[in-house]
Amino acid sequence: MSTIVAKSSFWRERFPVDAVVHFFARKTVPLHRHTIWYYLGGMTLFFFLIQVGTGVLLLLYYRPTAEAAFESVQFIMTKVQFGWLIRSLHSWSANLMVAAAMIHMFSVFFLKAYRKPREITWVSGVLLFFLALAFGFTGYLLPWNTLAYFATRVGTEIVSVVPVIGHELLLFLRGGEDVTGATLTRLFGFHVAVLPMLTTTLLVLHLLLVQVQGMSVPPGEEARAVQRKPMPFFPYFLMRDLVGWLVALGMLAALAALFPWELGEKADPFAPAPPGIKPEWYFLFMFQTLKYVPAKILFLDGEVLGILAFGLVGVFWLLVPFLDRHPEAGGRTRWFTVFGWLALAFIVVMSLLAYVVPQTF
Amino acid sequence: MSDFFSRLSRRSFLDYLLGGGLAALAGAVLFPVLKYIMPPAIPQAVQNDVVAGKVGELAPNSGKVFRFGNKPGLLVRTPAGDYRAFSAVCTHLQCTVQYRDDFKHIWCACHNGHFDLTGRNIAGPPPRPLEEYRVEIRGEDVFAIRQS
Ligand code: FES
Repeated sequence: MSTIVAKSSFWRERFPVDAVVHFFARKTVPLHRHTIWYYLGGMTLFFFLIQVGTGVLLLLYYRPTAEAAFESVQFIMTKVQFGWLIRSLHSWSANLMVAAAMIHMFSVFFLKAYRKPREITWVSGVLLFFLALAFGFTGYLLPWNTLAYFATRVGTEIVSVVPVIGHELLLFLRGGEDVTGATLTRLFGFHVAVLPMLTTTLLVLHLLLVQVQGMSVPPGEEARAVQRKPMPFFPYFLMRDLVGWLVALGMLAALAALFPWELGEKADPFAPAPPGIKPEWYFLFMFQTLKYVPAKILFLDGEVLGILAFGLVGVFWLLVPFLDRHPEAGGRTRWFTVFGWLALAFIVVMSLLAYVVPQTF
Repeated sequence: MSDFFSRLSRRSFLDYLLGGGLAALAGAVLFPVLKYIMPPAIPQAVQNDVVAGKVGELAPNSGKVFRFGNKPGLLVRTPAGDYRAFSAVCTHLQCTVQYRDDFKHIWCACHNGHFDLTGRNIAGPPPRPLEEYRVEIRGEDVFAIRQS
């Protein structure tokens, strides 16, 4: 690596190549019991890159109007060579990306890698996770099928419970009072322009901070990490990263090829919602919770309280590093760990219930 | 007056001017952008009655969705043979409801909401009854009429 660079003085004169090479040559990864979790962030990044690539390809044929969207996706899947594969990869990789991001986020939480000086890394990471969910939500409507149509109606209706500006938010998301072609075009704009722009900005910040600050060693593992010699990032850790990506690619390709993503039926605003309607798995726990919230709590709509509660938990999650000030001191920080496990258990139980509880009386 | 000017140094005066100018610029840019983002209201011709279906089209204990302007409505023929008409927009989160012949009442698939044959919310999350329309049979047509 360095010999190639040494020969090409062209770049050295124009860019601090040596500094970058030097940085990566000296970068190390601490070794301890939890080193395995260091791979998840890179895994998320890998799926994100796949999303960018396949997304750009889909853009070549997709048409974002109520009249043509469904047909254009159908065209991609039946007429365009390997179109079914590209679309299937995009859908599957989206799900795997959210899953990887979730595991990454929870492992960072439990290993307390958010503590000083990594507060901003955590905040940018949580915001990136919310953006991933927003990608999932806005992308879901684009094929303009029945399930997506009703999911978007319900999902956008939810924001109208926000106090004061709820109705404005609803208009903002729907581009009108109802879910129509205007909504489709608008969510398309978010999905391919606004969200990628925000994501790229935050991603650069997030990755830069990780590079500058290095890997965090969890509080209980410091002694062990000092005893063991850290692993040089280049080439050892990077190689392992690449093996992981290769496995991920294999898994993704198998899923996309064996279980091609279905298209369903074209949305009909004048048909009843189909039975068994469910959101994507990562929204299921909220969906299921809202089913159990009674219609009225005292004099307030139960729905409103439930949704506001989720919003508050989201804000709390974002601010964790500022609330848990002394994670190494024990005590207070144990409550955060307990909270994390409870949240995780809640998500798992509610998601499972959504699968097993039948939808009738 | 001169007191005021002597307390305000030239430096901070320029700072205020610059800051105020930037704030005004930001406002002048943001205001039209925000206004642009909010969709204009499209006036809808208010329709107060509509043909919901034909006489004899529905067997007792069945229902169908019809168009009422740009919103769906639900025409129900009860097991006893009467016609009822409602807005098909669920009062919970706006899914489109349907008539279930096995329950003999109205059902919303999205979060398992149930409404009886007068549109009252009887189970599940919906907080309010469905809006009911008056039904009138004129010749072959079953009309749904919005009650004012
Ligand atoms: S939208 Fe009808 S029950 Fe939720």
